[in-house]
Amino acid sequence: MALKITSTPVRLVIEISGEIDHHNAAVFRIEADEAIQKYLSPNVRIDFGGVTFMDSSGIGFVMGRYKLAKSCGANVEVINLSRRIYSMMRLAGLEKFMTLKMSNKEGK
Amino acid sequence: MKPINQMNLRVESRSVNESFARAAVAAFVSQLDPNVEEISDIKTAVSEAVTNCIVHAYADSVGEIYIWTGLYENGLIRIRIRDKGCGIPDVKKAMEPLFTTSGDERAGLGFAVMESFCDKIKVRSTIGKGTTVTLEKRLEGRDCRND
Repeated sequence: MALKITSTPVRLVIEISGEIDHHNAAVFRIEADEAIQKYLSPNVRIDFGGVTFMDSSGIGFVMGRYKLAKSCGANVEVINLSRRIYSMMRLAGLEKFMTLKMSNKEGK
Repeated sequence: MKPINQMNLRVESRSVNESFARAAVAAFVSQLDPNVEEISDIKTAVSEAVTNCIVHAYADSVGEIYIWTGLYENGLIRIRIRDKGCGIPDVKKAMEPLFTTSGDERAGLGFAVMESFCDKIKVRSTIGKGTTVTLEKRLEGRDCRND
């Protein structure tokens, strides 16, 4: 498993670690989609705490999972973003669709 | 202007090489002592360009990607990423944010990200011959370094 998946009745949490590029995103996508469709949770939280690198493939990844979750009636939030990844997601306009939260470490 | 140091790298257009290519360029550039942000900028821009070669230039085949990096005085870095793939019919259109020819999973932000993380980008493309992307970035605080 490339992703750490945990689920409660109210929330599915997908923790990503490592680097998100076009190559890795393909694996992450399959596992994340499986979990979203299996648990049909009303809330999907994607945790970027362990992500050390992301290029624009990460934007496509988040947007794709958002569309799937939305079609299953779920809300999506993306948390623990580094300042850098947060600004890339804002640049792509993702905050119009979902909640984006920076990591506490970035607040200082 | 002649570079003070340069390197050439040739990799096959397999997606597993994306991380190798950006790490290799970052490792070479590190001799100019960039800060963490600058390294991330360079890795991200290289990753975008190399991904374009894999996803678009050699969409249905495996070809070679040629990466050249030149280091110049005063902290200027030039990175050229070249393929001999299909070429881009309309470079201006391809560089528009959110434009993509390859469906849902691609954000269409590759060139926008390269532009925002580098100081200069030049794209030359010929249909059926290939594409060359040249990125330029000047490292901060290096003005007095080579005096």
